[in-house]
Amino acid sequence: MKLSTGDKVLQLFIYIVLILLGFVTLYPFWNSLVISFNMGSDTSLGGITFWPRVPTFDNYEVVFQDSRIGQAFMISILRTLTGTILSVLFTAILAYGLSRHELIGRRFYMVFCIITMYFSGGLIPTFLLLREFGMMDTFWVLVIPGLISVYNMIIFRTFFLGLPAGLAESARIDGCNHIGVLIRIVLPISGPVVATLSLFTAVYHWNDWFSASIYINDPSLIPIQTLLKQILNSNIVTDQLQSVGNAAAQDRLALVQSVTTKSLIMATTMVATLPIIMVYPFLQKYFVKGVLIGSLKE
Amino acid sequence: MEIERRLHIRKEGSRVSWWTGWIRQWDLQLMVVPAMIFIFIFSYLPMYGVLMAFQDYQLFGGFLHSPWVGLKHFEAFFNSPDFWRVMRNTMVISLLKLCFGFPAPILLALMLNEVRSIMFKRVVQTVSYLPHFLSWVIVGGFVGSMLSTDNGSVNMLLMSLNLTSEPISFLSVPEYFWGILVGTGMWKEMGFAAIVYLAAIAGIDPHLYEAASIDGAGRFKQIQLITLPCIRPVIIIFMILAVGNILNAGFEDILILATNPILRDVSDVIDTYVYRMGILNNRFSYAAAAGLFKAVVSVTLLALANKAARKMGSSLW
Repeated sequence: MKLSTGDKVLQLFIYIVLILLGFVTLYPFWNSLVISFNMGSDTSLGGITFWPRVPTFDNYEVVFQDSRIGQAFMISILRTLTGTILSVLFTAILAYGLSRHELIGRRFYMVFCIITMYFSGGLIPTFLLLREFGMMDTFWVLVIPGLISVYNMIIFRTFFLGLPAGLAESARIDGCNHIGVLIRIVLPISGPVVATLSLFTAVYHWNDWFSASIYINDPSLIPIQTLLKQILNSNIVTDQLQSVGNAAAQDRLALVQSVTTKSLIMATTMVATLPIIMVYPFLQKYFVKGVLIGSLKE
Repeated sequence: MEIERRLHIRKEGSRVSWWTGWIRQWDLQLMVVPAMIFIFIFSYLPMYGVLMAFQDYQLFGGFLHSPWVGLKHFEAFFNSPDFWRVMRNTMVISLLKLCFGFPAPILLALMLNEVRSIMFKRVVQTVSYLPHFLSWVIVGGFVGSMLSTDNGSVNMLLMSLNLTSEPISFLSVPEYFWGILVGTGMWKEMGFAAIVYLAAIAGIDPHLYEAASIDGAGRFKQIQLITLPCIRPVIIIFMILAVGNILNAGFEDILILATNPILRDVSDVIDTYVYRMGILNNRFSYAAAAGLFKAVVSVTLLALANKAARKMGSSLW
């Protein structure tokens, strides 16, 4: 098809806008990465944009030496793993139950679930409830309140309803109970939807900083994002630099002097981003599908 | 018989009582009932707990032993000087997000649809989704670094173009805050929000375009006369949702970007106000009253928006 002059101008315009957009999206990320690999004292002279001027791993060395960052990283990993596995499992069990036509009370159960998508108690009553349950300053406060996701349940259920009915029925006739049918037949053929929802849940858990910021005071239970938020907000880093200087041997001192607050923040930010970048190719593969299933329901 | 029992086939007119049927499918009920109890505890109890907005909630007495005070906290909220400030910020930020954040993904989807090179399209899409998956904390780190007075890239650019003689402290100037907030939100969510529109565009019958092109319509005319009208229902649905969300001016993004108390005059919205009053200042009942006020207005707005949309021929439910 030949393009008219007007169409060519339009094409050119669109390409330019999209390239600019791509640049604006990537630049902050790239620049932060560059700063995290550049010597801090050099960065503060200015002019660091696309490439490190004095490349170094010092910033990361200081980050990895800090025990709090390592601890917070572990809490984040632990919470992401337990939170994702348990939430996807329990949500799938509920969705399977609600997908069975013979379930007595099915309509009631569905309405009971869907109401919670439109109404909620809000921040304060939820906070006080968890507090009265004694869940403050426990690891489980990061996992338990999100165990059942009604939104994910609906996506699961829609998928289960689309499976051929004969599969489950034949297993039932062979004497398999419902839990067996779910684990041995339904879940193994639900790979894509399990993957999509697991990735979404995992990303939520990894990225969540707010719940820990209100429910957890114990520094040993703080996840990485919450710690990073605290670091960004205050001058914790300067204390941290000093503590590294005191604790480490004299030869560390030179290293510490070249590391600045800014370079350290950027290195910590990169460490907290890395897992997302690592799963991003998988996310990409699945989420378009997930978003579309979700939006059909809206 | 055995098979029928296992499959729980209920014969027409069979006199199996509700309870017997329930017991027979115990394994199925066991998959649902615990989850219902869970939802009751973690979703319905807090809904009931909203009634604390009518109490003077005492930490040590708890919900059950706190005195009832009627509308005291609502009156205090409406009469407080904070009320108008918070409402103004909520409405302004929301409307700005609606005006700029809402059309942006539609425009992006329209532009991506015009791109002929599949490779280029895929690369732009991949890049544009990425920020959606980053935590607000990380985005906050990026914004802080970009706008920093200590050789932030934006200040370096402005200074090299001689637009400013000394670095601007963007995140401490109230005048810039709304722009930064809305811009960052668009940066983070535009690509992801475009997915739905791209899918809607992909569903349009290609014959329509062929016919239009034979009739001499250029690409621009085709967008205007075919693409936009075809994705109109999707746009309307998202519009309704956006109106229902108008009091959700932001929460995480504001908490992250407005750390400087100087910004409070322009950054306080209902949600952040509830957080500050309730969680940070321990004025639980007062904060719950403000939250409840917001919830009631939101539900009303959603219902009204849906009614309006029904007149235009589409609806949420």
